[in-house]
Amino acid sequence: MEHVKCECGHVNPHGTAFCESCGKPLEEHSETKKQLLDMRYEGSARRSQTYNKTIIDKIWAFFSSVKVGVTLIVITLIASAIGTIFPQEMYLPPNVSPAEYYADQYGWLGKLYYQLGFNNLYGSWWYMLLIASIGVSLVICSLDRVIPLYRALKQQGVTRHPNFLRRQRLFSVSQVADMDGVLKRVKENLAERRYHIREENGNILAEKGRFSRWGPYVNHIGLIIFLIGAMLRFVPGMYVDEVMWIREGETKEIPGTHGKYFLKSEKFIFETYQKGKDNEVFNAAIDRVGNGMVAKNYQTNVVLYKRIGPVIAGEEPKLKKIKEYKIRVNEPLKYDHYALYQVDFKQNEPYKMAFQLMDKTSGKTFGTVDINLHNPEASYNLGHGYRVELLSYFPDFYFDEDGNPATKSKIPNNPAFVFKMFAPDKPKGEVSFVAIQQTIEPFGNNKYKMAFAGLETRNVSGLTVRRDFTLWILGLGGAVFMIGLIQGMYWNHRRIWVQRINGEVWLAAHTNKNWFGLKNEIRRILDGTGLAMPVDQADREKNAGQGGQAHGAAQ
Amino acid sequence: MAQLSSTLLYIAFILYLIGTFFFGGAIRDKRKERTGKNRWSQLGITTAIIGFLSQLGYFITRWIAAGHAPVSNLFEFTTFFGMMLVAAFIIIYFIYKISILGLFALPVALLVIAYASMFPREITPLIPALQSDWLQIHVTTAATGEAILAVSFVAGLIYLIRVVDQSKPSKRTFWLEVVMFCLITTLGFVLVSTSFGLADYEAKFTWIDKNKQQAEVVYDMPALVGPHEGKLTKESAGRFEPLVYMPAIINAKKLNTVIWSLIGGIVLYVLFRLVLRKRIAAALQPLVKNVNLDLTDEISYRAVAIGFPVFTLGALIFAMIWAQIAWTRFWGWDPKEVWALITWLFYAAFLHLRLSKGWHGEKSAWLAVIGFAIIMFNLVAVNLVIAGLHSYAGT
Repeated sequence: MEHVKCECGHVNPHGTAFCESCGKPLEEHSETKKQLLDMRYEGSARRSQTYNKTIIDKIWAFFSSVKVGVTLIVITLIASAIGTIFPQEMYLPPNVSPAEYYADQYGWLGKLYYQLGFNNLYGSWWYMLLIASIGVSLVICSLDRVIPLYRALKQQGVTRHPNFLRRQRLFSVSQVADMDGVLKRVKENLAERRYHIREENGNILAEKGRFSRWGPYVNHIGLIIFLIGAMLRFVPGMYVDEVMWIREGETKEIPGTHGKYFLKSEKFIFETYQKGKDNEVFNAAIDRVGNGMVAKNYQTNVVLYKRIGPVIAGEEPKLKKIKEYKIRVNEPLKYDHYALYQVDFKQNEPYKMAFQLMDKTSGKTFGTVDINLHNPEASYNLGHGYRVELLSYFPDFYFDEDGNPATKSKIPNNPAFVFKMFAPDKPKGEVSFVAIQQTIEPFGNNKYKMAFAGLETRNVSGLTVRRDFTLWILGLGGAVFMIGLIQGMYWNHRRIWVQRINGEVWLAAHTNKNWFGLKNEIRRILDGTGLAMPVDQADREKNAGQGGQAHGAAQ
Repeated sequence: MAQLSSTLLYIAFILYLIGTFFFGGAIRDKRKERTGKNRWSQLGITTAIIGFLSQLGYFITRWIAAGHAPVSNLFEFTTFFGMMLVAAFIIIYFIYKISILGLFALPVALLVIAYASMFPREITPLIPALQSDWLQIHVTTAATGEAILAVSFVAGLIYLIRVVDQSKPSKRTFWLEVVMFCLITTLGFVLVSTSFGLADYEAKFTWIDKNKQQAEVVYDMPALVGPHEGKLTKESAGRFEPLVYMPAIINAKKLNTVIWSLIGGIVLYVLFRLVLRKRIAAALQPLVKNVNLDLTDEISYRAVAIGFPVFTLGALIFAMIWAQIAWTRFWGWDPKEVWALITWLFYAAFLHLRLSKGWHGEKSAWLAVIGFAIIMFNLVAVNLVIAGLHSYAGT
């Protein structure tokens, strides 16, 4: 690699704009000689600006460009906005065909939206590619800048070349009688304002807040950690996301735990805000939507069990009680990295139905049949020669296209039965079809009927089971990002050079941002020292009509 | 307690209004150029601080009355946003001591609070998803971040009014007028809603919704556009008949409100133009002629530098933590989440352009205006139009 040796003796890497040690501009065109120095990245040699031969150089240069980075951000921003025009597919009502839904609800625009694949925009390959490109850009941008910047700030000398000082944005020249005395005062004032002071041959470099220069790189590292965490979600086993419906009184294996944990639901509770019972100030709001219409609490009281011993197929598991808990929204049950959330419910699902075998004419009954709607028995013996057989059971009954009874699901939303009733006087039995509020006697008039005698219902809780091993990585990424952001945004890197040159005191200052604050601080430091307040040369440049150049850059 | 709370908010509103006039006086006062501050601006900032304290009193008393932080519906959130805007202004004022900021920041805060008051103001009970300490942590931090970013808009707006050449029409004058028009339309919405509210206007329609079910809707403004197959009910007979009826997928009531607000905005805007005989921004220009441009630019940027980390913490990090607890997942591409991400991406781009590409001055000021537009979009449009999981904030 070539090197450039400055007249001060310091050897700089190829591509350096001004000497890392003394600040003398190295490669100069005559027309830029009078302008302010571009202090961004301390004039250090960045790979992207120096090499441009191989493919790798070109890719590196592409991704290290801020322009490219910002373009990627803006494209992602616009794409994200497009995704909110219509609801994403995951927010559609269940059991609808997306193709029809979008066209139905939103007309031709909806159809187009679906055809362009915007219904699943955030999971699309190109959106992922955008995020990945931002990730690559973050890594390359940071590496391209942070290494040379670190080098330049570490190598910086105290004594600077006059050309470096003269071309700083804040600069002044003063003639003072008692130079030593003045510089001593300045030094004291700088120390009072917590500047870190280095001295060399009577020249001063005062510096503070250099660590804020690393803020952007720290926050970029945080973002990269976050993106890695997000990527890990594609690795199988990193996280569990299951739905679990559990009925009151039921004990069930918790899905996603491989048979290790079981849950029993004791009770599901749904409460609403009631006028008179709750805080009076809510009355007006409750009136607006109606009494009992605002949800107050969704809660499932559960018992968590752990299986003891190995899983043996077909054998009842041995369970050990671990804890009782009330799962509420915002209060998930957490155990062994698993979390169980209250997300849904169904009230009053039919559980047991009771019928009485009855003589239709006399109204005399001969016993009650209790049918467990999840697990009905084939036959119920009522004694004294009375017996009921369950020929068919339709938990979620409807008539199919051919007009035959059928069931939509296994959930007893609308149970219907085909009974065969046996009595001493009807030894061959009578067949009766019984559904809610409906009885059909397919083989003519029966003597007996199954009279409805009660319904027992129970509530069902919809729980989500989660376990996520990526959370701590995401949390770490977020924390590092915030630290970097605060470090970079709430502190400034300020430097003040005071040098004796030809019997005069030259003063120059630079900050990566917040020039207003720096100027105020210098005013206080120079107060009573007799040194001239530096002039903001950016103003002069602007007034001279040369403007447009940016000098106060950070990073 | 609830009554006291409302009174305190009312007092704060009046004080902000008075403060605006004081800051107006401060600008006219010629002595300002020498000393940097004068009696008028002293009065202005004192009034603003008392106003802020009064609104803080509103916040605390309402918290006590409700038993939860009053940031749980659109009215409460937006007034809190207005309060933090004033707080951010007060802090920035003490750093930079420029009165002109008050002349613009207080009216924006007034507009925000007035806008908020057009929505149901009752104290609402918390639905289960909101019953968490993260409600106050997440919402207040996010609103504070947005309020600090809004100060950047205020400074940017001052910058633009000062630098945009008003001697001939151009793209810049046009877009600056668009900004002015949007602010005036907000005022239009407030005035129209208040007028019909005072007149107790009510018209009930029966209509057919998109699931072909009959439904009822109550308009509180005369229906220019009616709901799908809408019919005035008997008790509303004689009320204004809609000019057109909308298809079922369009929320005709909201569209009607938007149309009325636009009418209000246009009428006000045209009136202003007729009286002033020049663009609104041109009429405001003399007020800002003494502004130090570099300083205004720096305030605009400083507000973003301070507000961006606060916003990130509140609107993304705290939001994700709470979402993980309440909704089982830290991120779900809900529209409100996406728009918080969009806001964040936008200000990230803003900072990169400013710090690395040297976008200072006017470019930076335009970006500050766009950023505020995105925040307002998230507050207004996403709540009322796109809805999603955060929709309870709009009812």
